[in-house]
Amino acid sequence: MDKLKSFTSSSLFLPIVALAVLLIFNGIFVEGFFDIQITEDGRLFGRVIDILTRSSSLVILSLGMTLVIATSGIDISVGAVVAISAAVVCTLIGGRGDGAAETPMALAMLASVGIGILCGIWNGILVAKFKIQAVVATLILMTAGRGIAQLLTEGQIVTVYYKPFASIAGVIPGMPLPTNVFIALAMVLLVVFVMKKTSIGLFIQSVGINPTAAKYVGINVTLVLFLVYAFSGFCAGVTGLIESSLIKAADANNAGLNMEMDAILAVALGGTLLSGGKFYLGGSVIGAVTIQTLTTTLYALGVSADQLPVVKAIAVIAICLIQSKKARDLFDKWKSGRSAKAVTADAKAVNKA
Amino acid sequence: MKKIIALVVSMMMLLLAVGCGGGEEQSKKDGDKITMGFSQIGAESEWRTANTESVKQAAKDAGIELQFSDAQQKQENQIKAIRSFIAQGVDVIAFVPIVETGWDTVLKEAKDAKIPVIIVDRDLKVEDDSLYVAKIGTNMLTEGQKGFEWLAKYANEKQLKPRDGGNKLNIVVLEGTVGSTAALGRTKGFNDAMAASPDKDKFNILASQTGEFTRQKGQEVMESFLKSYGNKIDILVAQNDDMALGAIQAIEAAGLKPGKDITILSFDGVKGIFQAMIEGKSNCTVECNPLQGELLMETAKKILKGEKVDKIVYVDEGVFPADVAEKTLPSRKY
Repeated sequence: MDKLKSFTSSSLFLPIVALAVLLIFNGIFVEGFFDIQITEDGRLFGRVIDILTRSSSLVILSLGMTLVIATSGIDISVGAVVAISAAVVCTLIGGRGDGAAETPMALAMLASVGIGILCGIWNGILVAKFKIQAVVATLILMTAGRGIAQLLTEGQIVTVYYKPFASIAGVIPGMPLPTNVFIALAMVLLVVFVMKKTSIGLFIQSVGINPTAAKYVGINVTLVLFLVYAFSGFCAGVTGLIESSLIKAADANNAGLNMEMDAILAVALGGTLLSGGKFYLGGSVIGAVTIQTLTTTLYALGVSADQLPVVKAIAVIAICLIQSKKARDLFDKWKSGRSAKAVTADAKAVNKA
Repeated sequence: MKKIIALVVSMMMLLLAVGCGGGEEQSKKDGDKITMGFSQIGAESEWRTANTESVKQAAKDAGIELQFSDAQQKQENQIKAIRSFIAQGVDVIAFVPIVETGWDTVLKEAKDAKIPVIIVDRDLKVEDDSLYVAKIGTNMLTEGQKGFEWLAKYANEKQLKPRDGGNKLNIVVLEGTVGSTAALGRTKGFNDAMAASPDKDKFNILASQTGEFTRQKGQEVMESFLKSYGNKIDILVAQNDDMALGAIQAIEAAGLKPGKDITILSFDGVKGIFQAMIEGKSNCTVECNPLQGELLMETAKKILKGEKVDKIVYVDEGVFPADVAEKTLPSRKY
């Protein structure tokens, strides 16, 4: 009983409930939702696998976003950085029809993750050193980023025919799941490990709650801020790699489009407050998976294209309300008010009799 | 400090104004050569570049002097360009409207100056249709219709059989961005042609969902289609080539052969889809023709001669099945 109680009061409880509700709904209404087949070459194939594969990009982005938001900042440039990183890797490998690579793939990958970190460093300098408001500072790259990506690709969609490139977001022969799922998993584990084993997590929290106080207890606030933005850039760089590998091309207009908003939503669904302070990495990961599950659900149900955004919005409102304490308090009040009324009505009925 | 900034800004504006004015001097009509003012949206895609090139080349071939202006994706630049065309007294104005509304005033000015206006490629909404003389453009309806006609013919020729053993060929549709002219037109054209066709009983539209004209979404939605309907899908209709390219990867990941197990029809005719058709992974694309220059010059000449022209003129759009892909690819301009 104690265990149950500690689980229901844990921060992960509500995000998990929201995801579980969605999954149960799917289990009932979508035929064969949980079916997983094994293909001839040993891959797993099914909707649940699709959700895992598709959500891995968002999971990675939301890791960086969680840490940024924990310092009471925000990084709205990640979507554009994804586009830049995708453009870098694809133009470096090159769109040669004969399937050869112009730059060795490892080098191209390093460059694209590197450019992501560079973008993060730029944001970090603006926010940490020059004390520009995070929204404004990252807005610069958000607007300029797609332009930079367009310049790199010369306004074209660069398609990569070099075969190994597909394996970043595809299946390496013999593995049951696409590589990007493992990349996402590794990054989650890495971040959780660093947070558990070092005190950086605590530093981030204190910066988010009160930067002045944090400074007086001897935390290097500038460095902490700088690091979280650089890390967010790194996450965006890795996401760019995955996104471009998924379609084997760099589409500067659409790669990572609106992903910053989904990442922020994932963090919010995970229970981290946008005002900073305490953060929940696990919650963000579940939030990201929830968002992708929702999309997949709507496709599976065949919701028509013009209704899709509305239905999605309603579902998000519902999920947010489930998690809002105020909404739950109101609901409890209404319920107890109703039962109280029922009791008095019963009492009246008894009196009459 | 503020004063200095204001000074600098006004100097820059002055310079800009002088820069813009530079074009006006050479616009004085030389003899009876026709001058056309043409305002293009910008150069956002290969398709648009091909569109611009076509206009420039056709003007040269037709002996028309072209005043070209690039609006860099801004309506106010286009309005400015049109006003400067009016001031220069060109013989005819043509432009690609970047948005549908907000053109009444400037077109009224052109009409008052008795300069005929031709709308190119995109549509616009004005209260008074007489503000422009003709529209030249692509017809999404006919594209959809031609797509279905090809499909019906192909199904007959190849004796396509439903993979699930039923009696109807099942189609899934990847629609474009909801509400866009291309998506609406192509859907209606395709569906109307299907409803009117004697072969209509052979086909069944199983599902239709938006892929937002992008590769990512095309791939994601196709994945979902494949999970929902598995072996039922015989035909994929993608309302642009990019979504088809995304979907091809999803089909391969599901262990099926695109172009063979699932017949693929798409629209636009970009280079990438030709590559895919050569590899046998796609079956047909219906082009959306950017080469509108020739028709534009022809129409302009007719108007200036006082001949009557149709209010809406459509360019010819080709259908390119896979077997001509290899031959066509080198000659593709976009």
